[in-house]
Amino acid sequence: MTAAKTTQTPAEAAGSANLSPREVEKLYKTQAQDPAYTGAPAEPRFFLSEEAEDELGGKRMVLNMGPQHPATHGTLRVLLELEGEKIVRADTEIGYLHTGFEKLAEYMTYHQWVTVTDRMNYMSAINNNVGYALAVEELLQVEVPRRAQVLRVILCEVSRLADHILCCGLQGMDMGAFSLMLWSFERREKIYDIIEAVCGARLTTSYTRIGGIFRDVPEDFPQLIKKLLEEFPRFLDEFEEMAIGNRILEDRLRGTGRIPPQDAVSWGLTGPILRASGVPYDVRKARPYLGYDRYEFDVPTQADGDSWARLMQRLAECRQSLRIIEQALADLPDGPVCVENKKIALPDKAEVFDNIESLIHHFKLIMFGHGTAPPRGAETYYATEAPNGELGFYIVADGDMIPYKIRVRPPSIYNYAIFTKLICGGLVSDAVAVLSSLNVIAGELDR
Amino acid sequence: MTPEEILQSLAGRFGDKVASGKSPGNGRVFAVVDREHVRPILAHLRDDPALAMDMLSDVTVVDHLRLEDPLVRERFAVVYQLYSLRHNHRFQVKARVPQDDPSAPSVFDLWKSALWGEREAYDMYGVEFEGNPDMRRLLMPEDYPGFPLRKDYPLRGRGERDSFPQYRPPRGAT
Amino acid sequence: MGIEKIFGQSLITTSVNAVVSWARKNALWPMPFGTACCAIEMMATLSGRYDLSRFGAEVIRFSPRQSDLMIVSGRISIKMMPVLIKIYEQMPEPKWVISMGACASSGGVFDTYTLVQGVDQFLPVHVYIPGCPPRPESLIDALLKIQEIAV
Repeated sequence: MTAAKTTQTPAEAAGSANLSPREVEKLYKTQAQDPAYTGAPAEPRFFLSEEAEDELGGKRMVLNMGPQHPATHGTLRVLLELEGEKIVRADTEIGYLHTGFEKLAEYMTYHQWVTVTDRMNYMSAINNNVGYALAVEELLQVEVPRRAQVLRVILCEVSRLADHILCCGLQGMDMGAFSLMLWSFERREKIYDIIEAVCGARLTTSYTRIGGIFRDVPEDFPQLIKKLLEEFPRFLDEFEEMAIGNRILEDRLRGTGRIPPQDAVSWGLTGPILRASGVPYDVRKARPYLGYDRYEFDVPTQADGDSWARLMQRLAECRQSLRIIEQALADLPDGPVCVENKKIALPDKAEVFDNIESLIHHFKLIMFGHGTAPPRGAETYYATEAPNGELGFYIVADGDMIPYKIRVRPPSIYNYAIFTKLICGGLVSDAVAVLSSLNVIAGELDR
Repeated sequence: MTPEEILQSLAGRFGDKVASGKSPGNGRVFAVVDREHVRPILAHLRDDPALAMDMLSDVTVVDHLRLEDPLVRERFAVVYQLYSLRHNHRFQVKARVPQDDPSAPSVFDLWKSALWGEREAYDMYGVEFEGNPDMRRLLMPEDYPGFPLRKDYPLRGRGERDSFPQYRPPRGAT
Repeated sequence: MGIEKIFGQSLITTSVNAVVSWARKNALWPMPFGTACCAIEMMATLSGRYDLSRFGAEVIRFSPRQSDLMIVSGRISIKMMPVLIKIYEQMPEPKWVISMGACASSGGVFDTYTLVQGVDQFLPVHVYIPGCPPRPESLIDALLKIQEIAV
């Protein structure tokens, strides 16, 4: 790196770590004037045309929608080259939230990495958990018990509802319809109540384990789900009335960001964006997992492929998810929630403290050198349908309980790659409309 | 078509350029090719009407520094995950890339999703893709000195997280 | 304080100071610097059920020039840190910082090559909120603590 390194924090330089916040602030104010506090932020090369570079006679202006911006879609940077209000060229920069999940995977065991999967698509954490668990179970060739499968389906669909309505609410908020976002969050709170009753956490659930799920649901779980099934369709009706009846929302969203179906397939788009362009590809129908082929649901598509179609698509998919939840709840069998194979699944905590065999199995799974180990050289690419699209996990094993490589195929990155092509030729306000309709989640994009 | 059938049709067409790999345990099969033959083979996978792989789901790289693989004799293997919407089948192709010349041909003109997939593979592993019009880093800062996901790069980095560029206020400002 | 500059020595400003700081602490305008999962919990705190505007923090300004409380929520990578510092320095005095969540306070679960292990290495933080993500009640508690120390 070309920047000068400041070797101490100002507090250390002042000789004490016990300064009050006011005194620490004074240090920072002087640091800004300190010539040692240097180093220019590296400006990446962007593909700007010569007209923009020529400042004297150029008609073009470069606008930076920086990584911190009012749209709540995470840390993306978009550089727009404008002629008036029309966008002539655009470029984007991501990576402001890159955390190195895939590198962490090479240092954590299969069981430990479940907690990391929550933090990717944090709107619907359970889908990530389930996708990862399914990929590892395919590697180990183990099938989870039926009750665990149905519970995973129910919670995946509940999570999908949460993600879709939040995306629609944020789409409304970006267009100025702030009430839609408040309604979405209120509905999400009710979904959080269910998820909290099941696994204890609202957002970052870590609910699945390799071989099953964390623990069984409480006794009033069917009642909670039935209440959701009663209230949600009414909420969807009200939401649609607000959204479709809103003339401004429709005018701003219709016609912007149109993606023709051949482009959508070539750019690798999946999920509601692909289906809103007319291509009926849904991983749950194409490659059914967790028993999705036992449930009857449609795959809605829209014809237009613009932002309005994506909004309508997500609302239509919410209704299909409700159908799946209803059928799955009726289908819920009794039984264990974790596979019995003690080489793979962690035993129940109560048994670990009572039973010597469970204690030994627990020990062997946690201590290094033993544990859940797929054969050396085994690899798999397993795709599930996350709310944003096809979430794939490519796992390479090397015979140890720590994976050799885990690659996450996030739907957001391929959905976002097309963004700069979509907004060229449009207005700046359309760029915001298109961005909010793509549902880019920065945690998943950057990992 | 199952992956075995796809592999057979590829082997029938391309002969010994296509090696057949199999994953122990779950029995997945995939093709392993040299990087010189990647483009014709992938173009055939896309254009042949019986195969019709019209979507490139993912591009990634496996660093085989600590996992010797007899089929992939080199250090890097570029992995392409292909999917066909028309026939609903998936296939995986691996391309060998040697360590001293880490570059591979780009498939951007076949599938546009390769644009960012290959950018990320370059960013994380240092494998350059010739023919990709936008070969810049994607996730790391532009002047980052290392390739993070390589096996010889430590988890906590080599001090980059303590010495990134600081903010310098513009001239004249306090 | 700016008030004293106007009136100088001829006026006792303690009571005015008390009034001004009472007004300031009960109407803190937060600037949410939300990056990841904690941002969703922050948005949930600002929404209907856990309403942060009860405590005065209603006006959420994404412009740093018009805010006085920065809530750093989410993991901060080395690419984002210069941006965070730039925005912090654009905020006018007096300003306070809440570091929400484990990743902003100390790096959290992620001790990797690209994550800053705690924003307090580069910003003065007044209140740390542990949790991954912290519950909205924790954020409300943090705001009340800021109100106690805000002068």
